[in-house]
Amino acid sequence: MEVMPKWAEVILVPLISLLLAAVLSALVIMAIGEDPIEAVNLMVTGALGSTYGWGYTLYYATNFLFTGLAVSVAFHAGLFNIGGEGQAMLGGLGVALACLLIPWPHWTLAILGATAGAALFGAAWAAIPAYLQAKRGSHIVITTIMFNFIAAALLNYLLVNVMRPQGSMDPASARFPETVHLPTLHDLLAPIGINFSKAAPANVTFLIAVLACVLVWFLLWRTWLGYEIRSYGKSEPAAKYGGISPTAITMIAMLISGGLAGMMAINNVMGEAERLVLNAVEGAGFIGIAVALMGRSHPFGVFLAAVLFGFLYQGGAELALWTNIPRELIVVIQALVILFTGALDNMVRMPLERLFLMMRRGNV
Amino acid sequence: MDFLTLIQLLDSTVRLATPLLLACLAGLFSERAGIFDIGLEGKMLAAAFFSAAIAALTGSVWLGLLAGIAASMAFSLLHGLASITFRGNQLISGVAINFLAAGLTVLIAQDWFSQGGRTPSLMGGGRFEPLILPFAESIGTIPFLGPIYQELISGHSILVYIAFAMVPLTWWVLFRTRFGLRLRAVGENPGAVDTAGVSVVGLRYAAVMICGVLCGIAGAYLSTALQAGFVKDMSAGRGFIALAALIFAKWRPWHALYATLLFGLFGALETRPDVIQAIFGIKVQGALLGALPYVMTVIILAGFVGKAIPPRAGGEPYVKER
Repeated sequence: MEVMPKWAEVILVPLISLLLAAVLSALVIMAIGEDPIEAVNLMVTGALGSTYGWGYTLYYATNFLFTGLAVSVAFHAGLFNIGGEGQAMLGGLGVALACLLIPWPHWTLAILGATAGAALFGAAWAAIPAYLQAKRGSHIVITTIMFNFIAAALLNYLLVNVMRPQGSMDPASARFPETVHLPTLHDLLAPIGINFSKAAPANVTFLIAVLACVLVWFLLWRTWLGYEIRSYGKSEPAAKYGGISPTAITMIAMLISGGLAGMMAINNVMGEAERLVLNAVEGAGFIGIAVALMGRSHPFGVFLAAVLFGFLYQGGAELALWTNIPRELIVVIQALVILFTGALDNMVRMPLERLFLMMRRGNV
Repeated sequence: MDFLTLIQLLDSTVRLATPLLLACLAGLFSERAGIFDIGLEGKMLAAAFFSAAIAALTGSVWLGLLAGIAASMAFSLLHGLASITFRGNQLISGVAINFLAAGLTVLIAQDWFSQGGRTPSLMGGGRFEPLILPFAESIGTIPFLGPIYQELISGHSILVYIAFAMVPLTWWVLFRTRFGLRLRAVGENPGAVDTAGVSVVGLRYAAVMICGVLCGIAGAYLSTALQAGFVKDMSAGRGFIALAALIFAKWRPWHALYATLLFGLFGALETRPDVIQAIFGIKVQGALLGALPYVMTVIILAGFVGKAIPPRAGGEPYVKER
């Protein structure tokens, strides 16, 4: 029996969780002797007060859209993919190889090749944990954590020993050629008369990320495969009884998830850094977990959550610049969001359910 | 490679294995009781900070240790609240704890000390000094056995000896006491424990709190014995290596000792590339060596070399029948 109406489930529960996280964050800010209201003001002007701020907010949001979608797709299949970080690192390798090895004539072609490379490498990095989960029953959470560390070590090795150009001290790949540089939002919006900041890193990848949201929604709710993924996630025995192969769904869901996480690299590696650097992902793979939880694993929710986290990220950077509040405040907020929307979900839900039950009895 | 280099290598193996061993045993208590804990890393980090901070402020390393344990236990309580009382997802709770610790430690460190997220360097009574075991000087002159006693066995901080003593103690508690039997049962079949009239919730909270104490000692060791002060993210993935060691050891205390010593040896070798080159004649990249524990754990998990089967009720919240 559904105790709560759908709107309460979809809007009220996440909103209350978010509110709790916000109140606690405010308390943390107050505890270190700063004014939370002033902090929010600074964050809003810093992240949304100029096209420069928006450019950074949307750039971060693009990263989180990909990793958030990646975690969501796995969630729908009942799998917890903590490996987004490693998959995005490998995606970066795929992008770098595609951009450096193939002489692309134009960025429109290059972005197709780079997307394929990113998705392929990300998916490949998810494939091994997926296979081990499906065939050998190894817990996917543990294996994906291990693969994050293995990916970091692998990239460290490759960047220092193999991909580093001669004579360079930096553990980074060579710069990508001029032809594969992606147009920024400034380049895209200038023809239609909008003067968007030139310095901000948001680029055409944002549109690809939005497209990915729509495609994931279509896949999950409008295709046969999406139905199989969701029903497997809801109830494994029922799905098995319905003739759905657990091995196939685990593999496919994780490949899609890894591919999406890998595609983040188009944004940060090809769009921003224009070369592969060490630690390019910067924890975006983990923020995907918070984004997916907050967005209730629905692409539209993920979109909202990703933009919110993009705002928090850019706003947090501004805070660190102007006040005594370090950037790590964002990590605390992220943790609180994961805690309240993920782990302590029942703390919010149980009293609400009781409330709705009381109201219903009152009506009868 | 000469004898003295070997002793030095084993000595740093012991140093590096100690935090892993403590965290691994911490995870062992929790997971044997059916509560998955991927928040070992965060608890260690929180304990490392609070030990160093309190030791720096009071000048007493023992108060620091207590503060570290308290901080770690507070996070354990949070994990218990989320995963036992509110029956939430234990893995997500662990992830949240890791981030909470990573963020809060730097935030508080910046607020208290304004040194870019670190504590002042600990000096004198603010650190655990190495213990010189009796007669280390005189026995040290005996060939072969002498250096082993003087360099390898003697001269560690007290927390190292505590960690190694925890291994038989953990074994004894888990396999020779009534509490241990119940704790293991609650991780395999909580329904049966409940039927026998023993509180599942109580047992699981007890296990999670023991986990907090051990993680607290592990964290305190990092910042007050292994190093002199806290720096940002100083646990550096050790909580996850401990988790890997726990799987490697298949959730058994003595095997946890062997696994953490092995992973400690990898860590020691990472800092001595010259030794590897001398033995194997090839230059092994330090980064790849650092990934070895994770690769080995994946192989073990895959069941190619023996099968690692976790406690059966692990990860699942217990709902009492009504």
